[in-house]
Amino acid sequence: MAQLYFEDVGEGTRLPTLVKTPTTRQLVMFACATYDYYELHYDRQFARDSGVHDVIVHGPLKNSFLAQLVTDWMGEAGTLKRLSVQYRGMDTPGSPVYAEGTVTRKYVRGGENLVECELRLVNARRETTTPGSALVALPSRREP
Amino acid sequence: MPITPEMKAAIGTRSEPVVWEVERGEIIRFARAIGDPNPLYSDEAAARRGRYGGIIAPPTFLHAYGAAPVDFEYPPGIGLDGGSEWEYFQPVRPGDSITVTASISAVFEKEGRVGRMIFIERDIEYVNQFGDLAARRRSTGIFYDPTESDRPTRNG
Repeated sequence: MAQLYFEDVGEGTRLPTLVKTPTTRQLVMFACATYDYYELHYDRQFARDSGVHDVIVHGPLKNSFLAQLVTDWMGEAGTLKRLSVQYRGMDTPGSPVYAEGTVTRKYVRGGENLVECELRLVNARRETTTPGSALVALPSRREP
Repeated sequence: MPITPEMKAAIGTRSEPVVWEVERGEIIRFARAIGDPNPLYSDEAAARRGRYGGIIAPPTFLHAYGAAPVDFEYPPGIGLDGGSEWEYFQPVRPGDSITVTASISAVFEKEGRVGRMIFIERDIEYVNQFGDLAARRRSTGIFYDPTESDRPTRNG
């Protein structure tokens, strides 16, 4: 994949949308990978007894989808400096979620070419369950 | 339950450090679990030719490395993960030793859809074996008592 450069982006540039469909299997894999054994993420009866209709997708997994959105876009020469996510709504496995982002600002500071992005994870009903933001440093075509 | 003076007094209290040894297989397992095929996280040969000279961990990998509990009395009821703010300074690599410490940085309350909610922010620091801060995460926990309200939660 071609490297993204600072000159390639401007305010309003959209990041290529990343579509994910978390499954119950993925939630178990993520539970194991993060040593998070909270039953809310794999035991449907436990989830129902807790007042939610189904097991729910881990916030940190949604955080990971938004991270991949940014790292896929910025490429290997890009550097992720900040990443912020807010878990505002629940997502359940079995339906797609869309990781989307838009460039909100670009500037040079301290010798770095910085780009700010607004991020959001959107469900199949087009509701944003997880807003966020990122700050990345990109290479410039003007530098060796 | 309102915010207690003890909760306020605990701001700044740090947890005991926990040391995590970063294993290559653990990074690969994490990358598979999140469904990210980036060769930087799982293909040593490809990663070696690139900028980092080897595999690095995905940005959210440090979610796997918990801190010890802070000496803090959490509110009763239900606790939810409200989100994270990450700052990244150094890549995390197989073979690193990451020391994790957490401290309570803020305690405040808001009225929400489920009634009174108490927000507890923790600042978590991840320091590598060279003494360099690899990453910092501000984690927001949201606590509410369902017996104070019968409205359902919408938080994930």
